[in-house]
Amino acid sequence: MAIFNQNYNSSDHFDEMFTPEGESRPTYAPFEEKLKSYTKKKLLQLQHSTDKAQMSMGMTFNVYHENKGIEKILHLDLIPRIINGKEWKILDEGLKQRITAINMFIDDIYHDQKILKDGIVPADLVLSSKDYLKPCIGLNPPKGIWCHITGSDIVRDKSGKFYVLEDNLRCPSGVSYLLENREIIKQAFPSLFSQMGVRPVSDYPSMLLNMLQNLSDKKNPTVVVLTPGIYNSAYFEHSYLAQQMGVELVSGQDMIVKDKIVYMQTTKGLKQVDVIYRRIDDTFMDPKAFNPKSMLGVPGLFEAYKAGNVAMSNAPGTGVADDKAVYAYVPRIIKYYLNEDPIIENVPTYLCSEEDDLKYVLENIEQLVVKETNAAGGYGMLIGPKAKKEEHEKFRKLIQEDPRNYIAQPTLSLSTVPTLSENGFSPRHVDLRPYILFGNTIEIIPGALTRVALVEGSLVVNSSQGGGSKDTWVLFD
Amino acid sequence: MLSRVAESLFWLGRYTERAENYARFIDVNFNLSLDLPPEMTEQWSPLIMASGDQELFEKNYSNYGRENAVFFLAFDEKNPNSIINSVIRARENARQVRESISKETWEILNDLYYFVRELEKKKVWKKESAEYYKQIKYKLQLLQGIGYDTSPRTQGWYFNKLGQSLERADKTSRLLDVKYHVLLPSVEEIGSPLDFLHWNALLKSVSGFNAYCRLYGKVKPINVVEYLVLNRYFPRSILFCLISAEDSLHEISDSKRGFSNPAEKAIGNLRADLEYAEIKDVFASGLHEYLDKLQIRFNDVASCVDEQYFRIMSNSTLQEQQQ
Repeated sequence: MAIFNQNYNSSDHFDEMFTPEGESRPTYAPFEEKLKSYTKKKLLQLQHSTDKAQMSMGMTFNVYHENKGIEKILHLDLIPRIINGKEWKILDEGLKQRITAINMFIDDIYHDQKILKDGIVPADLVLSSKDYLKPCIGLNPPKGIWCHITGSDIVRDKSGKFYVLEDNLRCPSGVSYLLENREIIKQAFPSLFSQMGVRPVSDYPSMLLNMLQNLSDKKNPTVVVLTPGIYNSAYFEHSYLAQQMGVELVSGQDMIVKDKIVYMQTTKGLKQVDVIYRRIDDTFMDPKAFNPKSMLGVPGLFEAYKAGNVAMSNAPGTGVADDKAVYAYVPRIIKYYLNEDPIIENVPTYLCSEEDDLKYVLENIEQLVVKETNAAGGYGMLIGPKAKKEEHEKFRKLIQEDPRNYIAQPTLSLSTVPTLSENGFSPRHVDLRPYILFGNTIEIIPGALTRVALVEGSLVVNSSQGGGSKDTWVLFD
Repeated sequence: MLSRVAESLFWLGRYTERAENYARFIDVNFNLSLDLPPEMTEQWSPLIMASGDQELFEKNYSNYGRENAVFFLAFDEKNPNSIINSVIRARENARQVRESISKETWEILNDLYYFVRELEKKKVWKKESAEYYKQIKYKLQLLQGIGYDTSPRTQGWYFNKLGQSLERADKTSRLLDVKYHVLLPSVEEIGSPLDFLHWNALLKSVSGFNAYCRLYGKVKPINVVEYLVLNRYFPRSILFCLISAEDSLHEISDSKRGFSNPAEKAIGNLRADLEYAEIKDVFASGLHEYLDKLQIRFNDVASCVDEQYFRIMSNSTLQEQQQ
């Protein structure tokens, strides 16, 4: 490992590339062999040009500070995260199982609520969720599918075993980075890449479009992507996906509902919209049905949806399965509907709404990660071992005031991957977000967004909190 | 296509053209100042006058010195029409329609944005150099060239061209107007070498000097005006721009002759007025007044376009569609 620091040491974490003895793992060995021909200087140059490529492609997200928008790139590290075919098979099967069960769960809780009546999941926990939308009770989305697009976050612990950390079922973002990262890394390591046997990801946009078109009975349905607008941090992705699919990118103000039919305003008059890939949260999509203050949505959209005149992905109401308290029950949900044990396990989770768990959390908060049940992006989160005493106290108070709003998990030991900096390579913690499409069948694109915490020792990988990304190579074998 | 997308493409055309013209103005004035006799001072005020923003300028600056004028035209974020603002707005419009423009178009525009930001950081307005503005101009021309070779000729292209043509017509008229504001030391100077220098500069600023010479030979004011207003072959003349704008409108509505909406009627009338005008008609009531009236009519066309294509459709449109 000539170009790696002599003192490259992931301590007791699972390193994706090296064994504790400093040997390359078999998955990475061919990669390391080829990487040897690069000097550190050359690699830093390549890193510099990937930064520039991202900037000129406008792969930026906006951070707002004192009324001035600052555009930042999501730092892309040169060294890929590599997953071999065997590991991928576990993830592929595990996620298909999980999404099948979650979809059955959502359908059930908006219909007969059998799982609640059988006492498998506490009725109160589901019905009290802010994301359980009463107007969706009894609705039948096309083909019975609620969660068309999911991005589940997966981590590896010290032993190298995979766990699901959370399921993102609202508007999971990041797939554009998965696709563009691949383009950039391919250009950085052209010959190396071609010899590695990496499974391609480029047909994701057409898979997505097929899935969306399938939601309509029309032969040639009009599909649109609905964005909150250019000030949304994921705007790049919205326009990217619309462009790749060749469909219109619309904002709320471009659409109008008449007689429960959705139209968009074009230069040739109004045109009916059949399928909406919405990147707006449930409660913002229609000020008439939900949050009346929403400026982003389209008045009357929900009525049109209920009348079956427009399909939406994901179906309104899906967000309830994104609740972190519901997450804790997913293993039981899988068992209940499929009578199978989960292929990928959950991270053990304490529900502050349950008395014993609450007591444990309050007593052991220093060792735990505390999360709000419906927050995302690394906000509303406490990392016990890294936080100060005052923060522990603050969260104890917050939890006691509203226990339903919090869960806790043991501090995870995320796996590490070598990551390039001026000082050479150092181990940095990563997670993994594969994207799952649920259409006529469930398909998982063989790739993922690997997010990396760029700060030494940090476990927070969110882009809004100083995280970067890596290209993810899923190998054929 | 979506009305919002059409509107963004229209404004993308306008802002890129505006930025390019301002870069041309500055470039040429730098060159002109090199040729001035030693006792003459550079004149920057005519550029500000012609831009139509002198009120704003005078509110914020105490004199028409070069640094002030160049900063105002190129980098002042308080000036809505400065190069930097035009580039920012062009980019914002492009960002809103990224899925409708080519990847290359976006990338070069993005590159231009960072370039202008960099010049701003370097405070280049303090330097007596036209080089930066030439580079801005070239980058914008690259943008046009790439667009020309990569954009499908569908509605979006024509909205973009429409915006560009209307903006260019307006800017050429304003450029001619600069001459009206340039102060000569005395009446005797009309027709003098200094006056001649100004007319030369004007032609050069629209890259029209060589083509003009082939057509007319000597530089004579009346011919320069005819060339920049009524010539139907020179791509920066007002008539040429209007013909191109009218063609774009017809492509958009898929109609051939005459008019099918108020925007086409307004542009058709305007184009015909110029097409059947002689140069003596232009000077009849004074060049400045003539140009002033043209500018008002350009604005009328733009309002009609806005009304016709970009505003939220009323219920009646829907009913018509359903019938």
